Amino acid sequence: MRSTALPLGLALGLLVSAPELTPAWALDTARLPVKSGDFSFNGPFGTYDRAALQRGFQVYKEVCAACHGLDHIAFHNLDEAGGPGFTEPQAKAIAAGYKLPADPNDKGEINDDKGNRLTRPGILADKFPPPFPNEEAARANNSGMLPPDLSMIEKAREGGADYVYSIAYGFNMAPPKGFKVTDGKYYNPYFEGWNIAMPPPLVDNAVTYSDGTKATVAQEAHDVATFLAWASDTKMEERKRMGFAVLIFLVVLSGLLFAAYRKVWADLH
Amino acid sequence: MSGPSTYNPKSGFEKWIDQRLPLPRLMHDTMQTFPTPRNLNIWYTFGGILTFCLGVQILTGVVLAMHYVANAGMAFDSVEAIMRDVNYGWLMRYIHSNGASMFFLAVYIHMFRGLYYGSYKAPRELLWIIGVFIYLLMMATAFFGYVLPWGQMSFWGATVITNLFSAIPLVGTQIATWLWGDFAVGDATLNRFFSLHYLLPFIIAGVVGLHVWALHVPGNNNPLGIDVKSPQDTVPFHPYYTVKDAFYLCLFVLLFAVFVFYAPNFFGNPDNYVQANPLVTPPDIVPEWYLLPFYAMLRSIPNKLMGVLVMGGAIVTLFFIPWLDTSRVRSCRFRPLMKQFFWAFAVVCVILGYCGSQSVDAAVAGIPLIWAARLATFYYFLFFWILMPIIGLIETPKKLPTSIAQSVLGEPAAAPAE
Repeated sequence: MRSTALPLGLALGLLVSAPELTPAWALDTARLPVKSGDFSFNGPFGTYDRAALQRGFQVYKEVCAACHGLDHIAFHNLDEAGGPGFTEPQAKAIAAGYKLPADPNDKGEINDDKGNRLTRPGILADKFPPPFPNEEAARANNSGMLPPDLSMIEKAREGGADYVYSIAYGFNMAPPKGFKVTDGKYYNPYFEGWNIAMPPPLVDNAVTYSDGTKATVAQEAHDVATFLAWASDTKMEERKRMGFAVLIFLVVLSGLLFAAYRKVWADLH
Repeated sequence: MSGPSTYNPKSGFEKWIDQRLPLPRLMHDTMQTFPTPRNLNIWYTFGGILTFCLGVQILTGVVLAMHYVANAGMAFDSVEAIMRDVNYGWLMRYIHSNGASMFFLAVYIHMFRGLYYGSYKAPRELLWIIGVFIYLLMMATAFFGYVLPWGQMSFWGATVITNLFSAIPLVGTQIATWLWGDFAVGDATLNRFFSLHYLLPFIIAGVVGLHVWALHVPGNNNPLGIDVKSPQDTVPFHPYYTVKDAFYLCLFVLLFAVFVFYAPNFFGNPDNYVQANPLVTPPDIVPEWYLLPFYAMLRSIPNKLMGVLVMGGAIVTLFFIPWLDTSRVRSCRFRPLMKQFFWAFAVVCVILGYCGSQSVDAAVAGIPLIWAARLATFYYFLFFWILMPIIGLIETPKKLPTSIAQSVLGEPAAAPAE
């Protein structure tokens, strides 16, 4: 027994310890923990920073919107309470800047004489039009990959706003030794697997902020992460405000019920 | 519902009603004068809390169904429209989705309370069995409900669970196809799940009626596990337990509100905010937390059919508890040996839940979780089928107090040191 047990034990020991001899090809490419954006809307009383929302919208519109949709956001959301705080005329002007496919004209045509799709300016009731007419077109323009819609991205990713901030910011690092970036991809350690199909979207001064804020990559990433946090959770401020009132009410009610409970039971003991 | 009625119609109108449909008499006898042991503790308030949960789920669910579209192409967007465009739609949906978790939290406390104090023992076997049926119906309802938002976890969860039926020999595939109404989870599946998700809560409400009926015939068990012997042992349900239940319900709602308003997606999975896509499998398919212990059992068995049988057996086992426990004493307060195995069982359930939440090949401190899950599954069955009958026979219970009143009103040496 003893003579076979020893080699068996050795073999088992080798098997168990084998993963510790990490070869270069077995680099752990799990994504890094997210970088905290320390956002104004964190915490139970946090609200969105209106100026950051407006700047973030500008970054979305001028940079991200080239490939990423914002399917669930309508133009009228832009002037609603708890949002970026645009005025209604501003929101109308933003909407009018987009061209949407028009309804058939009075001759029943949807294309003009040259075969181009008839369009109309957007109105408040419209949702943001998608950047590509369909998934195939989106993939054809992005080397086969599909840029995800951004209107829910921060609810749909572990880490939320911090994750989006980290991804947008995380392109400026050199890959570690032994990690080869796949052809046609880019290195971003905050992305699972480290190979991301999205080219670095932000550069310094990619946008010109009208409020004079310096448009560094970090600033742009932070602003767009703020804007997309709102896009994912447009009712957050209303929710937290109502929640506070509800909790106050329940605490008071609990106190009253506890007093009633003690009073009713007092005569029993 | 049992015993002589103490209802005394005062007005002529009440007499008129009472002779035709004695509903006021029923309410009076079950919710007002019903004699209730005077020593029920906090853990006995969860029956009322669960009724509240069911009511909340039905109310919010009916409103959500007004806006929800049960169509594979539109369901996901309709849920998002509820969150953004329907007045207070976000509130309805967050109450409903967190309400499911709160419902299960309450039901698990309720079930462990029943186990600890031996509330399944004679004469309350049917009460327990009806409760297990409610739990089964709740799991089915929650599973159907989780599919409705048609996110990635909805779709893949539905795929995994319905595929379990294909493990049945010979007719498995046909059964799965019949369940789907198609050759895969799709629009037909979503529609029938919505139909059933709307139906089952009302069946639950009906079975809850039976549960309350079966409670009111033998009356409440209590932390001492001894029978009510005299009127001094009880107090009328109202106002004593209405006010106590109301207070603890309020604390429960406080916790509920913290999740709804400040961490509404705490129990959720981010992947479920990605629309269902049959072509993209998520790296880890995880059910909702309340199903994780059973999921861990399923995955810990290498053979699919055996896994399904073990998982099903874990639930079926619950039906037999009244006869697996051979002890003459109900409450674990007086069962020193059983108490230890009970708490070990509670810990094992948490371990199973944790194993279910991790990926299959995960390990903690070098121990592969699959083996932790196997051991835990083994203990689950060992506890009910071997330990429970044996401990009841070999254990020497502590001395029981002579009556509830004596124990509560504090005659020395009567109350157990707890």
